[in-house]
Amino acid sequence: MTRFLVVDDSAVIRKVARRMLEALGYAVDEAVDGEDALQACLSNMPDAVLLDWNMPNMDGLTFLGALRASPDGTRPKVLFCTTESDFDHIAAAMEKGADEYLFKPFDQSTLESKLSMTGIVP
Amino acid sequence: MSTPDLKHFRELLQSRTGIVLDASKGYLINTRLASVAGTSGYETVDALLADIRRAPVERIVEAAIDAMTTNETLFFRDQKPFDLLRRTFVDLGRNRRGPIRLWSAACSTGQEPYSIAMLWQEVAHLLPGVSLEIMATDLSRECLAKAQAGIYSGFEVQRGLPVQKLMKHFERVGESWQIKSDLRSAVTWRRFNLLESPGHLGRFDIVFCRNVLIYFDTSTRKAILERIAGQVVDDGYLVLGASETVMGVTNAFQAGADAGLYVKAGNPRPASRQTA
Repeated sequence: MTRFLVVDDSAVIRKVARRMLEALGYAVDEAVDGEDALQACLSNMPDAVLLDWNMPNMDGLTFLGALRASPDGTRPKVLFCTTESDFDHIAAAMEKGADEYLFKPFDQSTLESKLSMTGIVP
Repeated sequence: MSTPDLKHFRELLQSRTGIVLDASKGYLINTRLASVAGTSGYETVDALLADIRRAPVERIVEAAIDAMTTNETLFFRDQKPFDLLRRTFVDLGRNRRGPIRLWSAACSTGQEPYSIAMLWQEVAHLLPGVSLEIMATDLSRECLAKAQAGIYSGFEVQRGLPVQKLMKHFERVGESWQIKSDLRSAVTWRRFNLLESPGHLGRFDIVFCRNVLIYFDTSTRKAILERIAGQVVDDGYLVLGASETVMGVTNAFQAGADAGLYVKAGNPRPASRQTA
């Protein structure tokens, strides 16, 4: 089963994302910020990451850079999932190794279509 | 659900879209807004509606309105017809001098013709000397006005659209996104009722008429398809929605080699190149 790591400092968003992803057939782990996520990845690399941008301790972009530089860290597909929706943020995320980019708020069908574009299947 | 917040949202929806939801439709609002609330960080739809009334954030208000109005208009809807179209463009364009003419016959708010224009940009370099003329029609003046402006919310613009295409084909306009002018000028827009004669629209190589026939009875579908057939060239194609067919409706088109792609009847050409 494809394992997702949902990284967001909002408990509500983690809960909603978990519910949507589980309904689509994915296994879901959670992390509360970039630092927490990096620890989780180093101990058990997920198949895909749903990643917030603005978080305490370590933001999403810094996490993504650290993930891509770590052993096996190029394997997970990474979907940024954030309120940051200007070109500079999107370009920075893609350059750092994101696979797709999702604006908050979003609905289940948008999430599904982004997963399918990225080739992430349950 | 708190009545003043709900009432305010219903009024906002009506003033922005013309859609009237009576007070008994609270469940519909709840169902449609649950994911917008959750992914905006609200515990409940009530909390979302309260903030839309007291402290609105435009990005979230737009998403809530879009979630209520969305009628499955997304970019590259169903994907497969666009994969077929890419092949069909190449097949048609190989021996072509002059333009390929395509009709998007129920274009709604423009996502379909713009998806086609994006696709054309990707294959045009393979077909030197060939151009594409896109005619997009819809019955609704409001839909056409929105389509022609090419302005979409952040919520709409990511439905079906990979982020690379968003960056390539759109510009930021305030909180919204606008299709760049090269794609906007690639499409000709006309108001047209499918129940009328399309003679004045000219002849087409390809017609997209997707997810609209389902709203008509069989005899009306037959009449529409036969009028469309009258506008299609002898080696021309028709693309219908995933749940639609010509079978049992008319003989004016016949099924091609690929599901969803139909060929004008009497046409000796295969529907598309067979793949091994």
